[in-house]
Amino acid sequence: MKGVRKNVSESIESLKALARELRKDILKMTTEAGSGHPSSSMSAVEVVTALYFGGFLKFDGKNPKAADRDRFILSKGHAAPVLYAALAHKGVFPHEELMTLRKFGSRLEGHPNMLRLAGIEASTGSLGQGLSVGVGYALAARLAKNGSHTYVMTGDGELGQGQIWEAAASAGKYQLDNLTCIVDRNGYQQTGSALDVLNMDPIDGKFAAFGWATQVINGNDLEEVIDALKRAKATKGRPTCIVSLTKKGFGMLKLLSKLKDENFHGKPMPAKHLEEALAEVEAGLG
Amino acid sequence: MAGASSSVKSSRPLGKATRDAFGRALEALGESYGKLVVVDADVGNSTRTEWFGLKYPDRFFNVGIAESNQVGVAAGLAAAGHTALVSSFAAFIVCNAYDQLRMSVAYPRLNVKVVGSHAGISIGEDGASQMGIEDVSLACSLPGFVVMVPADETSAKAATAAMLAHEGPVYLRVGRPDVPKIYDADAPFTIGKANKLADGKDVTIVANGLMVAPALEAAEALASQGISARVLDMHTVKPIDRDALAAAAKDTGAIVVAEEHLAHGGLGSVVAMNVAEIHPVPIRYVNLHDSFGESGSPEALIEAYGLTAAKVAEAAKAVVAAKKS
Ligand SMILES: Cc1ncc(C[n+]2csc(CCOP(=O)(O)OP(=O)(O)O)c2C)c(N)n1
Ligand SMILES: [Mg+2]
Repeated sequence: MKGVRKNVSESIESLKALARELRKDILKMTTEAGSGHPSSSMSAVEVVTALYFGGFLKFDGKNPKAADRDRFILSKGHAAPVLYAALAHKGVFPHEELMTLRKFGSRLEGHPNMLRLAGIEASTGSLGQGLSVGVGYALAARLAKNGSHTYVMTGDGELGQGQIWEAAASAGKYQLDNLTCIVDRNGYQQTGSALDVLNMDPIDGKFAAFGWATQVINGNDLEEVIDALKRAKATKGRPTCIVSLTKKGFGMLKLLSKLKDENFHGKPMPAKHLEEALAEVEAGLG
Repeated sequence: MAGASSSVKSSRPLGKATRDAFGRALEALGESYGKLVVVDADVGNSTRTEWFGLKYPDRFFNVGIAESNQVGVAAGLAAAGHTALVSSFAAFIVCNAYDQLRMSVAYPRLNVKVVGSHAGISIGEDGASQMGIEDVSLACSLPGFVVMVPADETSAKAATAAMLAHEGPVYLRVGRPDVPKIYDADAPFTIGKANKLADGKDVTIVANGLMVAPALEAAEALASQGISARVLDMHTVKPIDRDALAAAAKDTGAIVVAEEHLAHGGLGSVVAMNVAEIHPVPIRYVNLHDSFGESGSPEALIEAYGLTAAKVAEAAKAVVAAKKS
């Protein structure tokens, strides 16, 4: 595992501060847009922060098309704000542009559009398709022998799509150790609790049955995420699935419980609650 | 975006969204259709089938985000004697589950009702991935399917009733924003029969869905410029009303087709195919060209993609000129 984090440039504390910045960006841009999915974005912040800023993703914001780059596919495309916030902090585009989210003419569309914005590795928004594209990238990297690693994030509700399991089987077949799937297990999907709508447990067991290495971690704990990504990178001969146990809307859980809406799916924070939400994020209690 | 609502601009009074009218009608019809079952794929609060689900929990199944499975499950329920209704965003239910619609529903001609909501660019900010702009074309390519695109709340309610009364597979397209009212509560609605909303002699505007209100507005504007326009609400794309098209071609000699759909395979294609055969006359189209939608407010997109009364009037003037030349 030596060398895996050789380009770590920031201490854990500054990474945590950055995670808080991403959360604030997510809240502000979706409130400004008047629509979008902040809670779906916020559960994924630690994973995205660790990937882009914790030394894992070989990705240069100033050269986002480098042939040997690592790739991150946000298969749960409705969480686009977390990806846009990360790309802005990577310098792919000016930070102010975040406020154009979902507006006519903006590159920051409601769901990621790879034709419009460098740094988007797959156009997503119809759930269930990102992992297959990731298998394609991983196979291409093997052919190119360029050492590129592909990370895919899916939702937990998204696991209902059969295509996910077709992709899981093919990645297992080709023993793609340059592919990591992170399931953002935030416990909710659009119409309710993921356990009620369609119980896919055991998620790790299912991936394991397709020949994957699996880990189950607290995905809102940056140190745990970093350790899990290190282990995934070091795993040889098979792909890794990280079941990332998170909370939807992590960072503003107190406010969501006050609003009596733990899922808060597909809703921007109303402007009248924005300051309270930002203050809660800043306090950093979860 | 589950429960949020939006609306489109019009000079006419605003009514409910067609998805809302569908949802209320379905909930009400659950009583008389005891064998009606609904299969959802984690979007019942967007498509409004949850209203049926809350009233009839035993006849409502949510299979998760799995449209292919959703359609297959409905096929099984229908084959076992139920009227099975499936609904999701038009883009997902038609595109994601197309082979299942083809093989498990259309081929055995099962009594499955397919409702595609959030159709067209008028959903706005969510952008292209959520916008069904090819659904009518794909649904028309399923042998035996009836395909309907109602314009307002009254016709969406009537279309829902007609869909359940019809024996066999049906595709019903509904939209997200609140839309202008076209009809009084007791307006007629018969599958395969166009509604003549205005009569005229110079040109016929054939429209459906979101484009009916702009078509009527265009006809008014044209009247003040001395052009008399007939307006047909072609709420059923398949089977198309060939009699109404024949009369339009013969009586007015020029046709404009207006729809919130890709040019290829939509109402325009179906009208052209039939008019070319029955009584060829010049035709112009107001629709979506060969591109995806994008994010933006519904109003900005409707303007940018040219789905407006002004564009319909422009097309009507062009086709009237073509007729004379
Ligand atoms: C194929 C498809 N079907 C339905 C939807 C509508 N939809 C958007 S988000 C969502 C729920 C997603 O749940 P989950 O994967 O758990 O993601 P979370 O928002 O919880 O992070 C649904 C059903 C979609 N985008 N794609
Ligand atoms: Mg979830």
